[in-house]
Amino acid sequence: MTQPRQEVLQKLTPVLTKRWLSPDAWQIGVYEQLDGYRAIRKALDVHPDDLIQLIKDSGLRGRGGAGFPTGLKWGFIPQGDGKPHYLVINADEGEPGTCKDLPLMTYDPHSLVEGAIIASYAIRANRAFIYIRGEAVHAARRLRNAVQEAYAKGYLGKNILGSGFDLDLVVHSGAGAYICGEETALLDSLEGFRGQPRLRPPFPAIAGLYASPTVVNNVGTIASVPYIVLGGADWWKSMGTEKSSGPMIYSLSGRVVNPGQYECGLGITLRELIELAGGMQPGHNLKFWTPGGSSTPLLTAEHIDTPMDFEGVAAAGSILGTTAMQIFSDQDCPVYNTWRWLEFYHHESCGKCTPCREGNYWMVRTYRRILAGHGTVKDLDTLQDTADNIFGRSFCGLGDGAATPVVSTLKWFRDDYLGYIEGRTAPRLSEKSLVGAH
Amino acid sequence: MTTVEFSPAAEPLAAKLLEPAREILARYPAGRERSALLPLLHLVQTEEGYVSPNGVAFCAEVLGINKAQVGAVATFYTMYKRRPTGEYLVSVCTNTLCNVLGGQEVYDQLVEHLGVGHDETTADGKITLEHAECLAACDYAPVVTVNYDFTVDQATPESAVELVENLRQGREHTPARGARICSLKEMQYQLAGFADPRDGAVADGVAGAPTLRGVRLAQEHGVAVAGFDPDTPITKTKPLPKDEVATKAEAAGVAANKPASDAKPAGDARPSGGEGAK
Ligand SMILES: Cc1cc2nc3c(=O)[nH]c(=O)nc-3n(C[C@H](O)[C@H](O)[C@H](O)COP(=O)(O)O)c2cc1C
Ligand code: SF4
Ligand code: FES
Repeated sequence: MTQPRQEVLQKLTPVLTKRWLSPDAWQIGVYEQLDGYRAIRKALDVHPDDLIQLIKDSGLRGRGGAGFPTGLKWGFIPQGDGKPHYLVINADEGEPGTCKDLPLMTYDPHSLVEGAIIASYAIRANRAFIYIRGEAVHAARRLRNAVQEAYAKGYLGKNILGSGFDLDLVVHSGAGAYICGEETALLDSLEGFRGQPRLRPPFPAIAGLYASPTVVNNVGTIASVPYIVLGGADWWKSMGTEKSSGPMIYSLSGRVVNPGQYECGLGITLRELIELAGGMQPGHNLKFWTPGGSSTPLLTAEHIDTPMDFEGVAAAGSILGTTAMQIFSDQDCPVYNTWRWLEFYHHESCGKCTPCREGNYWMVRTYRRILAGHGTVKDLDTLQDTADNIFGRSFCGLGDGAATPVVSTLKWFRDDYLGYIEGRTAPRLSEKSLVGAH
Repeated sequence: MTTVEFSPAAEPLAAKLLEPAREILARYPAGRERSALLPLLHLVQTEEGYVSPNGVAFCAEVLGINKAQVGAVATFYTMYKRRPTGEYLVSVCTNTLCNVLGGQEVYDQLVEHLGVGHDETTADGKITLEHAECLAACDYAPVVTVNYDFTVDQATPESAVELVENLRQGREHTPARGARICSLKEMQYQLAGFADPRDGAVADGVAGAPTLRGVRLAQEHGVAVAGFDPDTPITKTKPLPKDEVATKAEAAGVAANKPASDAKPAGDARPSGGEGAK
């Protein structure tokens, strides 16, 4: 393993991950010693509109994948409308590759609770929900404990710290459905229905949970808020780039020596991140990677110096997404990997719209055939055609996400497909998989 | 809900679960009780290990909706099981990244070793096996969970077999990062939104090396973000809402029943101007 160079080490920005080093930071007493619940005192001492302005000034953008400006989103909530407002925190983390929210909630749950209090105060919500992925049981355990502790200390409940502001916070476990990470499907799920996306508009800011104005934000977004309240917008902007401010947790997995979570200013490159992660594993050469989960177009070795911020990745033809960087080498097969992702999208498709429901069904079968050694060149046209018909014609982002690895691997790695078709590559799947047995 | 008459199908579950069901309903705004459906479905699994027709009836009657509505929801979500489950649910991630790092071999080995397939339970009723999609722990790939708690990281066919043998023989197995192992039914109680009743379970599990890699590297090399001053003032352009109310009340000549000075002062000694701390 090679040691990262000093100039690359300097790109680390331990902010949201810093308390993870204290094994007991999940306990309220320890959290308080580490600047915890200091930001709410500051926040409750200013007008909510001034808080929204602060978040706007910081340039904070959503960490859930789309990068929408958070202050702007909060500002969309109509005020004085006489309706209850809600904050819903999206903790459904399920995008393949994404693994930053679970550790945050497990090792520093109070930072999310504190962020939730500040955000709720800013948008004038008296109820907030954390919709946490069902499988994330240890994170939920710690979060529920944190919420209980916060109530006991008067940080939640009625008249928080004498401010006159009331907030109830509920941790609500999902039940195993990736689509519930899509914000409108999440709201339906939270209302006790099947998690299927809603038609937009109206957007959640106008008619969200219980048809009331609602902000939906990712865990990382909300957990960033206390730091901005403490350190200020200028300090926050001292990290990252002009349009993509602040620190970001990059999740590296796959063929690197040291997979893990690396918090750096937005705009670091994959080359630098691989250096921080001790290099590629011996015998592995970078071949393809996801910049932000499997729903973001794959990039290749030639994109290794792309700045990993919203603009930089977009310029390279992909999406920053959740900075979930799955790194694959020349020993991995883009065709096999895409097949496995498609099995996932097929399984997780909610069935509401035809392109995604039917398209994934057929694409999965086409991949199985190719990987079993029975593919034809025409199958590649069929795949391209199907993917093109899913992309942009689906009801929600899941369909687009499913088409994404298909389109990008056909673009970059057509020869890997031809390898199976022309018999140069040994089949990866057995005949059994062709009858749909899975 | 206070006066629900339960049908014979729902009655046995109601006798055991009505109290916690009431607690669950109370978490949601009045009139929005249907939000309790997901936790209620987790709750019925604490008794039955799956969502049985009786469980569906119980949820429907508690919420005053029909069984078809409950059934439509129950069948949508992977974590609601349609058949009785074992004492432990062993899930192997076989999504792409875990898959190519060995997760598929781990799963195949368990299929062979246990003689069951996806979503099937061993004859001794101990283990239900499943392959799972990305479990948000790719930096530990391939991963295996027991009752959803992270139990084996960087799993191999051998370490996975060792795990299931320990579970079957009733030997202790300390999870890699989750809390001490309980039964699947006990876990459902937590999924329904209740605190883990086991003393010390919240404290279990330490962060693994991958989680801490970046932040440790920063610590070892003395890298920190400069210029952080937690007292950096926030620009104030408006009075606090409660002071606003008091001011308006005074202006309108309404005799406020509390003097305005009763409220916490809007600002402390700090200047409310915008000059930065630096
Ligand atoms: C299929 C799909 C799955 C998603 N899953 C998640 C998720 O698990 N967590 C998340 O925060 N956002 C997820 N999103 C994005 C949300 O819809 C939404 O944009 C986000 O929660 C907004 O929060 P932010 O502005 O703080 O990023 C998903 C979107 C789609 C289309
Ligand atoms: S794109 Fe897929 S997941 Fe989204 S609404 Fe359509 S069927 Fe459902
Ligand atoms: S692919 Fe297995 S945890 Fe992400």
